[in-house]
Amino acid sequence: MLQTIFIVSLGIIAISSLFLIYRLTKGPSIPDRAVALDAIGINLIGITAIISVVLKTKAFVDVILLIGILAFIGTVAIAKFLEKGEIIENDRNK
Amino acid sequence: MSLLHWAILSPFIFALFVPLFFKYLKNIHTGWFVLPLPILLFFYFISFIQETMHGETIKESVAWIRSLNISFTAHVDGLSLLFALLITGIGTLVILYSIFYLNKQKEQLGSFYLFLMLFMGAMLGVVLSDNIIVLYTFWELTSLSSFLLIGYWNNREKSRYGAQKSLLITVFGGLSMLGGFILLYLITGTFSIQEMMNQTNQILNHELFIPTMILILLGAFTKSAQFPFYIWLPDAMEAPTPISAYLHSATMVKAGLYLVARLSPIFAFSSTWFWIVSSVGIFTLLWGSINAVKQTDLKAILAFSTVSQLGMIMSLLGVGAASLHLESLSDGIYPVATTAAIFHLFNHATFKGSLFMVAGIVDHETGTRDIRRLGGLMTVMPITFTIAVIGSFSMAGLPPFNGFLSKEMFFTGMVELTHMDFSNVQTWGILFPIIAWIGSIFTFVYCMIFVFKTFTGPYKPDQLKKQAHEAPIGMLISPIILASFVVIVFFYPDLISHTILEPTVAAILPAQYIVEEIHIKPWHGFNIELFMTIGVVISGVLLYKLWPKWQAIYNIMPNKLTLNKGYDHALASLEKNSSNLTKLYMTGFIRDYLIYIFSFFILILGATMVIKDGFVFNTENITSIRLYEVILALVMVAGTITTVLSRSRLTAIIALSSVGYSLSLFFVLFRAPDLALTQLIIETVSVALFLLAFYHLPELTKHERKLHFRFVHILISFGVGIMVTLIAISANSQRVGQSISKYYEDFSYKLAGGKNMVNVILVDFRGFDTLFEITVLGIASLAIYSMIKLKVAKEGES
Repeated sequence: MLQTIFIVSLGIIAISSLFLIYRLTKGPSIPDRAVALDAIGINLIGITAIISVVLKTKAFVDVILLIGILAFIGTVAIAKFLEKGEIIENDRNK
Repeated sequence: MSLLHWAILSPFIFALFVPLFFKYLKNIHTGWFVLPLPILLFFYFISFIQETMHGETIKESVAWIRSLNISFTAHVDGLSLLFALLITGIGTLVILYSIFYLNKQKEQLGSFYLFLMLFMGAMLGVVLSDNIIVLYTFWELTSLSSFLLIGYWNNREKSRYGAQKSLLITVFGGLSMLGGFILLYLITGTFSIQEMMNQTNQILNHELFIPTMILILLGAFTKSAQFPFYIWLPDAMEAPTPISAYLHSATMVKAGLYLVARLSPIFAFSSTWFWIVSSVGIFTLLWGSINAVKQTDLKAILAFSTVSQLGMIMSLLGVGAASLHLESLSDGIYPVATTAAIFHLFNHATFKGSLFMVAGIVDHETGTRDIRRLGGLMTVMPITFTIAVIGSFSMAGLPPFNGFLSKEMFFTGMVELTHMDFSNVQTWGILFPIIAWIGSIFTFVYCMIFVFKTFTGPYKPDQLKKQAHEAPIGMLISPIILASFVVIVFFYPDLISHTILEPTVAAILPAQYIVEEIHIKPWHGFNIELFMTIGVVISGVLLYKLWPKWQAIYNIMPNKLTLNKGYDHALASLEKNSSNLTKLYMTGFIRDYLIYIFSFFILILGATMVIKDGFVFNTENITSIRLYEVILALVMVAGTITTVLSRSRLTAIIALSSVGYSLSLFFVLFRAPDLALTQLIIETVSVALFLLAFYHLPELTKHERKLHFRFVHILISFGVGIMVTLIAISANSQRVGQSISKYYEDFSYKLAGGKNMVNVILVDFRGFDTLFEITVLGIASLAIYSMIKLKVAKEGES
C-alpha cells in the first residue's frame, strides 16, 4: 500500500518536473527559466527523499540538504547576475 | 688500435689543431703546417706496396660497437692501396698548390684546411674499411666535407646552390646505399666485405639480390656522377680550384668507382650488374663528352670531362665483370677491361688533377676562366701551356702520354665485348665500341678546345681583369709533378703495372681468377684499336676545325629540357606541393582538426570492431528497467536536445545544468550518495563559471547567431555517439572475469577501519589516485590564478 503511494507521488513529481522543464526550455524570459530551475531543484529534493524511503536508506539525507543549499545559492546567483550583470563584485585591477 | 687505424684517423685528429695554427701563427700560411701529414701518410702507404705485390693483404680490426658486431676493420689490398696512394699523393700536391693559390690574408684558411683534412680522413676511411657500416660512415663524411668545401665561399649564391645540390644528390645516394648494405647484411649475416665474398652464391640466388644491387649502385652512381646524377658535379665547380682538382676529379668522385670495384667480386657474376654498370657508364661517357664541348668555362669543360671519364671507367668495370664469363678466362688471359679501368683511373687522377690546376692558374693570373675571353696565352704562360698540352693530349688519348695506353685498352675491352657469348651481348654489344668511339671523338674535340682556345689565337689583354703573366713557381710544382707522371707512365708503364695494377686487379676479380702478369705496351702492331684511335684523331680534328659551323646543333635542344632544369623544377615543385598539401589540411581551425580526430576515431574503432567481430548484443545479465529510470532518462534527453538546439547561449547553459542535476539524481537512484553530493556541488560551480564566461564575451561578436547546420558535423557526432554506445553495449555483453569489489566489501572495515567503502577506496586502498587528483586541482587553480594575475603586455602595447 505504502509502496504504491510512493510510486504515485514519484510519478506526480516527475510529471511536474517535466512541465517545469517545458517552462525551462520555452522561456520566454530568463527569470522564467531561473524560477523553473529553482523549482526543479526543490522537486529533486522530493524525489530524493521518496527514493531514499523506497530504498530504505539514510545515506541520502546529506543530498537532500545539499540540494536545498545549492538551489538557494544558485537562484540567488542567477538573480544577482540578472540584476547587476555580475555575481561577485570585484575590481580586478585593484 | 694499430698504426693503420691511427693513419686513417690522423687527418681527423690533425684537423682539430688546424684552427689553432691559423689563429696563433698568422704569419705563416696554414697550409705549410698541414703539408707534412699527407706526405707522411703517402710514404707510410708506399711501404705497403711490398706486401700487396706479393698478394698479401693486411687486416687490422678494432671493436667499435660490440653489441651489433660492428668493428672498425681496416683492410689493405691492392685496390685500397691504389686509392690510398692517390688520396695522400694528390692530397699532398693539392695542399702545396693551395698554399700558393689561396691568399693567407683574405681567406679563412683555418676552415679550409680543417674541411680538407676532414675530407682526406673520410676518404681514407672509405677506401680502407672492410666493414660496410664503417664504410658508410666515412662515405657520408665525404659528402659532408665536400658540401662544406663546395660552399667554402659561402657569401656567394652559386656556391651555396652547388653545395646544397651536391649534398642532396649524394646523400640521397648514400642513404639508398645504406639500405643496400643493410639488405646485404640480412642476406649474409656479416658486415665484412671480405667475408661476404665467400657467400657469393648465396647472395646471387637470394630473392633480395636485385634490390640490394640497385640500391648500392644508386649510391655509387650518385657519388661518381653517373647519368642522370652527374648534375651536381658541374655546379660543384664553385668550390676553390684546389678542391675541384682534389675532390671532383681525383678522389671523391672515384669513391663510387671504388665501391663498384670493391663489390665486383660479390656481384660480378650477375648479368644485371654487367648491363647496368656498363650501359650507364657508356652512356655517361657519351653524354658527358657531348656536353663538355659546348661549355665556355674552363672548369665546366673539366667537370663534364670528369663525368665522361668516370663513365668510361664505370663502363670498363662493367665490361670487366662480363669478361668473367669468357670461356677463355680459365686459360689465364686477364680481363683487359678491368685492368683498363684501374689503369685509366690512375691516369685520370694524374692528368685531370694537373688540368684543374692549370685552369686554376689561368683563372688566378688572368682573372677569368671564360674561353671566349682567353686566348694567346702560349707565349705569356709557357710552362702552364706545356702542362695543359700534356694533360689534354693525354685525356684525348694521344701518344706519348699515359691516356693513350688506357684508351687503347679501353677500345680493346669494348671490342672484346662483341666476341662474348653471354646474356645477349652479341646483339646489343656491338653498340658499346661504337658509342665508345663516338664519345672518344667528342673527348678529343673538347680537349682541343681546352688547349687551343685558351692558349692560342689572338691575345686579348683588354678583356682580362689582370695583366696576365706566368704563375709563381710554387703554384707550378704540383701540376709539373703530375704532368711528369703522365709522361713517365707512358714510357715506363711497368713501373706501376707490377707494383699497383696487378694487386688491384687481383682484388677486383673473384678469388678463383688468378691474374697473370700485366704487360702494358704502347705498340701492339696494326690492330683495330690503333685504327680506331686514328679515326678518332682524324674526325676529331675535322670536327674541331669545323666547330663554328656545327655549334648551332647544341641550340636544337631547348634549355628547358636539360636535367638541371628538371632538378630545379622538381625541387621547386616539391617544395610548393608539400607546402600546398600542408596548407590543405592544416587549416588553423580547431573545428577541422576535431573532424579529423573524430572521423579517425570512428573509422579505426569501427574497423577494428568489424574485423575482430566485436559487436555483440547480449541481454542475459541485465536487470529490469524501472519506470522512474525511464522518466529520468527522458528528462536528460530533453535537456541534451535543448542544449544542442537552443538559440541563446544562456538557455544552453541552463539546459546543460539540468542534465547535470538529472545525472546526480541517477546517482541517487543507483545508490551512490557520495557521487550525488559531489556531482551537485560541481554542477552548480560549473554553471556559475559558465555564466561568468558568458558574461565576458566581447561586445562585437556577442550577437547571438543561430547554430549552423552542417551535415558533416551531424554525421560525425552521430557516428561517435553510435560507436561509443555500440562499444559500451558490446563490452557489457561479453564481460569476462570477476569484479574485484567483493574484496573491498569484505575488507574495508577489517583492514582499513572504515564503513564508507567509497571513501575507504579513495583514501586508503587507492590513495595514490586521490593524491594526484588533488595535484591536478592544485595545478588548475594555480594556472587560473596566474592566468588572471599575470598580464603580459600584448604586442603593440607598451
